[in-house]
Amino acid sequence: MDQFTLNLLFVGASFALYIGIAIWARAGSTSEFYAAGRGVHPVTNGMATAADWMSAASFISMAGLIAFTGYDNSSFLMGWTGGYVLLALLLAPYLRKFGKFTVSEFIGDRFYSPTARLVAVICLIVASTTYVIGQMTGVGVAFGRFLEISNTSGLLIGACVVFAYAVFGGMKGVTYTQVAQYCVLIMAYTIPAIFISLQLTGNPIPALGLFGEHQASGEPLLVKLDQIVRELGFNEYTAHHADTLNMTLFTLSLMIGTAGLPHVIMRFFTVPKVSDARWSAGWTLVFIALLYLTAPAVGAMARLNITELMWPNGTDGDAVSVQQIADDPAYDWMATWQKTGLLGWEDKNGDGMIQYYNDGNAEMQVKAEANGWQGNELTNFNRDILVLANPEIANLPGWVIGLVAAGGLAAALSTAAGLLLAISSAVSHDLIKGQLRPDISEKGELMSARIAMAGAILVATYLGLNPPGFAAQTVALAFGLAAASIFPALMMGIFSKKVNNSGAVAGMLAGLIVTLLYIFLHKGWFFIPDTNTFTDADPLLGTIKSTSFGAIGAAINFAVAYIVTAMTKPIPDDIKELVESVRVPRGAGAAQDGH
Amino acid sequence: MTDQTSNTASTAESDRSYWKANVRLIRISLVIWALVSFGFGILLRPMLSGIPVGGTDLGFWFAQQGSILVFLALIFFYAWRMNKIDKDYGVEE
Repeated sequence: MDQFTLNLLFVGASFALYIGIAIWARAGSTSEFYAAGRGVHPVTNGMATAADWMSAASFISMAGLIAFTGYDNSSFLMGWTGGYVLLALLLAPYLRKFGKFTVSEFIGDRFYSPTARLVAVICLIVASTTYVIGQMTGVGVAFGRFLEISNTSGLLIGACVVFAYAVFGGMKGVTYTQVAQYCVLIMAYTIPAIFISLQLTGNPIPALGLFGEHQASGEPLLVKLDQIVRELGFNEYTAHHADTLNMTLFTLSLMIGTAGLPHVIMRFFTVPKVSDARWSAGWTLVFIALLYLTAPAVGAMARLNITELMWPNGTDGDAVSVQQIADDPAYDWMATWQKTGLLGWEDKNGDGMIQYYNDGNAEMQVKAEANGWQGNELTNFNRDILVLANPEIANLPGWVIGLVAAGGLAAALSTAAGLLLAISSAVSHDLIKGQLRPDISEKGELMSARIAMAGAILVATYLGLNPPGFAAQTVALAFGLAAASIFPALMMGIFSKKVNNSGAVAGMLAGLIVTLLYIFLHKGWFFIPDTNTFTDADPLLGTIKSTSFGAIGAAINFAVAYIVTAMTKPIPDDIKELVESVRVPRGAGAAQDGH
Repeated sequence: MTDQTSNTASTAESDRSYWKANVRLIRISLVIWALVSFGFGILLRPMLSGIPVGGTDLGFWFAQQGSILVFLALIFFYAWRMNKIDKDYGVEE
């Protein structure tokens, strides 16, 4: 069986499974549509939330970013897991106690203001939509590569699948579908990693193999890796080169953004009790950690494998020849990925060999001059192909490659579905029922939720075809916005009995607008190319890149909220009572839809 | 479950000290959270460079794995401890 058929088989079988579950679990009432009747066990909920959370960014992109940068990109690992501590301690139990369906409902009630609710809805829709555009772009690229069709056709097929199970299944369909997706994606991520760890270190656990011994050389793996990348003029893998302030702020932004993204917070409304909300956050992180502890090993081992493939005779010997890349089956992956345009090489000096080194390094330029090299000849290696190409690079069996294809799509699709659900409930529940037509029937509300979801898919698909920037940039915007707007409002709503309606509205607007401005100034207005005034290489404020600004936006939000609160009328007594009741688990079982 | 119609004043008093206990626990947990990630993983890494771990130093391990393991332990510790405090104050569901 050829690789194309195998990929098709794995992707097709996994999709049949998801759609089957979605149909089996078709939702009835609005309560079930949003929160699955609050009957979801913490472990099940944790697994589904993990699938929801780990998107194309975690699965497809992250290990590649770590592989080519090393220690400096540890921010992704700490940021995207550390946010769960904030969620578990500062938000999840209290929002579950509050007992409504959506994040903006809490903000509207706690700040006794339809305006606050409206502003929250706008923040949620903007953050979720930008996030889902990135996912749809990822869906298109992955489908295109594995089904060997164009990016456009891949994206359209992906949109239809998301539509099928998100619109007809609701949250219950999504919950159990996402449990299945978690299983597929975690197997797809860890199985190739186990193979590679065994090949390189003899240790079946990749997370331990990373700190283990490189069997071929007898040295620790990371010492070997540091040595060979140093010999090629690259930064040492384990060393700290990045700006410390920016790295700290970037990590903090990712953490706060994690705790402010509505599709993740919504998950904690679906557990039966307040104590379960606490456990549920822990279980979610257990399932996420399985991937996140493996990711740095995947990155380091792939970097070692790639470098050794390019220099099969060692960094002092001859580089790999053009002939060998064409003939040796170990290099077949290069030809495969060259077709996507995401991998490229060029024998610039015509010596029949491909020299891969850092041609920006002064010492290497001297060496290159002496050897007649004319620049790095591995001209293009897109970071996002690393995880998908990894099993091919390590020469693993065909079924592993098919499994990784299914896993990558599961990661992208599950997150897209969760985000679409958050958008649809924001529109139907908060906007239509909460603001425009409070008298709408349950049937009408369900219908409008489905229409909103279909509409959001259309918008996301359209923008996914013409993305406003690279997927990673789009995702960074979503994080920055969630961190700067939603998280501070939720936290102040629970931990302060002083912050009032005007304070919350002013805080959210200030955080949102300043962060948007900072991003647009660096990435272009509404992401239109060449309309930016600054670049992330030379940012407006010191060393702070636009991706790291969310943490500062959050600080502005807090500050503005407290200042405006001090200048306006204090909050009424019944709201103080509401805050007091949210802080105590007693009586949570009774809380239900208040409308 | 406590009888909410009687003893409203003492319930409010007990709820306040329950909340204080909660906030104290959160504060301790967040200090640890920041110490292992921003501290050991980034800012204090130079101080840990003398402690070798599998070919590199302890700071690298904290940045790539250690912090995640501590986050996990923290959440479960908090959930276990809070559920116990809930019972002590009689505010559990």
